[in-house]
Amino acid sequence: MKKASIIMIIGSLLLLGLFKFPLWNIMLGAPQYPDPLGMNIYIDGIKGFSEFDLQNIDGLNHYIGMKTIPKANEMWEFSLFPKVIFGMAMLGVIIGLLGYFNKVSYKYFLGWFLLMSVLGVLGMYDFNNWLTDYGGNLDPHAIIKVTNPDGTPMSYKPPLIGFKKLLNFDVTSLPHTGGYLMFIGMSLTIVAFWLGRKTSLTTKT
Amino acid sequence: MKNILKSTLAILGVLVTFSSCNNSSNSGQKSGALASNVAERVYVAPGEYDSHYAFLSGGYSGNLTVYGLPSGRMFKEIPVFSQFPTSGYGYSEETKPMLNTSHGFIPWGDAHHPDISQTKGEIDGRFIFINENNTPRIAKIDLKTFETTEIIEVPNSAGNHSSSFVTENTEYVVAGTRFSVPIPQRDMPIKEYKGNFKGALSFISVAPETGEMDIKFQVLMPGFNYDLSHPGRGKSHGWFFFTTYNTEEASTLLEVNASQNDKDFIAAINWKKIEEYVNNGGGTMMPANYAHNVYDESTHTATSTMKKEVRVVNPSEVPGAVYFLPTPKSPHGCDVDPSGEYIVGNGKLSANLTVHSFTKMLDAIENKKFAGEAYGIPILNFEDVLAGVVEQPGLGPLHTEFDGKGNAYTTFFISSEVVKWKLGTWEVIDRKPTYYSVGHLTIPGGNSGKPQGKYMFAMNKITKDRYLPTGPEMEHSAQLYDISGDKMELLLDFPTHGEPHYAAAMEASLIKERSQKIYKLADNKHPYAAKSDADTKVVRKGKDVHIYLTTIRSHFSPDNIEGVKVGDKVYFHVTNLEQDFDVPHGFAVIGQNNSELLVMPGQTKTSVWEPKQVGVWPFYCTDFCSALHQEMQGYIRVSAANSDTPIKWSLGEDIE
Ligand SMILES: [Cu+2]
Repeated sequence: MKKASIIMIIGSLLLLGLFKFPLWNIMLGAPQYPDPLGMNIYIDGIKGFSEFDLQNIDGLNHYIGMKTIPKANEMWEFSLFPKVIFGMAMLGVIIGLLGYFNKVSYKYFLGWFLLMSVLGVLGMYDFNNWLTDYGGNLDPHAIIKVTNPDGTPMSYKPPLIGFKKLLNFDVTSLPHTGGYLMFIGMSLTIVAFWLGRKTSLTTKT
Repeated sequence: MKNILKSTLAILGVLVTFSSCNNSSNSGQKSGALASNVAERVYVAPGEYDSHYAFLSGGYSGNLTVYGLPSGRMFKEIPVFSQFPTSGYGYSEETKPMLNTSHGFIPWGDAHHPDISQTKGEIDGRFIFINENNTPRIAKIDLKTFETTEIIEVPNSAGNHSSSFVTENTEYVVAGTRFSVPIPQRDMPIKEYKGNFKGALSFISVAPETGEMDIKFQVLMPGFNYDLSHPGRGKSHGWFFFTTYNTEEASTLLEVNASQNDKDFIAAINWKKIEEYVNNGGGTMMPANYAHNVYDESTHTATSTMKKEVRVVNPSEVPGAVYFLPTPKSPHGCDVDPSGEYIVGNGKLSANLTVHSFTKMLDAIENKKFAGEAYGIPILNFEDVLAGVVEQPGLGPLHTEFDGKGNAYTTFFISSEVVKWKLGTWEVIDRKPTYYSVGHLTIPGGNSGKPQGKYMFAMNKITKDRYLPTGPEMEHSAQLYDISGDKMELLLDFPTHGEPHYAAAMEASLIKERSQKIYKLADNKHPYAAKSDADTKVVRKGKDVHIYLTTIRSHFSPDNIEGVKVGDKVYFHVTNLEQDFDVPHGFAVIGQNNSELLVMPGQTKTSVWEPKQVGVWPFYCTDFCSALHQEMQGYIRVSAANSDTPIKWSLGEDIE
């Protein structure tokens, strides 16, 4: 159980990587941008991949009537997410410590994982909503209006994950370092649960 | 007359000798399938980069052009000493001070010899210096931005030709005068030239960090013509060598009168000795008047300061600092090999190439083996300093470069060829024709202690039959050779812009990564910058109207301006708000008397417009910047001089 608890603590602490590394990354490449433009999404705001990428993405997007990329203070998510991540990391550490001293059972490890998963899904859902709004809620006075073959206005929603072609841009959307650290951390809590369960079963038999 | 006849016969004789050589080398040329391999070696596929940068002087264009090697593609023309309507250089208020001199605003220059800054004898790619011949000036171009950032005028100088070569740690850039003149300038009979005129050799210090130039001292030499120069390097670091002609000190019909002496001189100057003398308070401050123009990258503005004195040194005051090395005959190029041992004096009128030995020179000086003196400067014995002679290599030798592998390459103007010969044995190894009347040649890094010797290119004065004709006037031409093997191989012809007197070239890797892509708007300290649309405004100060204008794809802000009157002086201060690589915007207004502006991202430039007619006049962006470039336009209303139209401006709505 001690081993499992340590893994639980390490797993939870990996979440803190999100305070340093971006959760997600979206890159936009096009023939006239041999060095692609890009944005890194952090839990507390969006930054350009290179110094002036956000300004240049906004400059391009104004042709098709997209809103500018939100500043940190323009979205409630960016003030809430850091609190949630910090809270979950601390909760995981506390559960791990309690497990270490045999105050709680390994089942709490799974509980933490399920809670984190629900929050994660909610976060993805929110992120997807934002992408939909960002890519579809266009200024009616946009200079360039492109319609789909069926006559509906084209959406410029970047993919939630993976690759998509938007006009002449190749858009790739993937988790980044912080995101990967979080996934590894969450996987470790599952490992902790499994290990805890194994030790507990061995002790019982 | 007899003399001319004799020399013609001699030249014919030599020509016959050489033409047989040429034939034998021609017959060895590759052809057919192997020739197509040459095309591959200069082919740089779309999207790929050249391996080398080459910077060619533009001569009478006053500019410097940037080429890629081996493709021979021209990338940029950098305005230096001449106005350049393409970008507004020399027309915009910010850059006009760059062309200020003691003779006033000089919108043209004759740019000759570019040289790249060095550290420890190797090219460091920080700056490139170039001289202006006609109104003596030295410019510095920053290779981060490829823009001219400093120009210093050289007083007491005329025909600033033996310039702008740098010492091995860029301690100094020299500016040697070609014409000797009265110093200080005064009204005197020209026929009293001899003994009265002087030649100023200027040593311009370069600040190690900023690169800022300052004339540290001028050596006032006898009234010869100082043609070209070269720093010592390695063992001869601390010395500078200058070729001279017209040691006869004639002032008229020089083609005859300056060709009488069998030998002229290479002046060897121990600048370290003079520097020490100057640092100890030596030399005298002489009244002078010369411009020092500095471009500040944060204000995007140049300032011109008139300097009022210069330190001059009489060489006889510093014994042991200056010597003359007799060199046949009207030497032009003066070239020092990478080890610093050999000093090549190319006698234009000599059948042989003369090479001096630095070691022998020091030895002769130590043993005081002097043949005489001129104006108090010791003359060494020709035989005592001679390292060797390349016998009859060609006709009209001009310039020599080195490959760092013990070989030298010399251009021959009259016989139109490049000859490769070996240092030490003085034997000719190879020769290749050029097209035609070749002047300088360049090996990347060839002007440093460490040549990067894969390529060599020759710069020719005559182009006929190499390209489709373009009327009586054609661009000059260069030939690129591969010199990595034993024999030179001709790879490519490429046209050059202006008259390329010399070039500096280097491996691209040293510059490419440091090349700046934009100016940061946040660092823009131009007093009239508008860093966002909120900062835009129109301000009247008497008859001056200042318009703080911004550009971004695809509009000007403001785009409607009223309240300007006939007789006003309207300053359009245009700030480009873009922070994206290669997105400049242009600015032009109808009836502008100077030029358009091309404003780089993050930069502010100012154009003055003096409206002479009442009306509503358009202005627009001159650089196709976006899908809506054509819509990037605005109007300025000009009212009668006595009208009371108030100053107003707007964007996106009608002026109230
Ligand atoms: Cu434009």
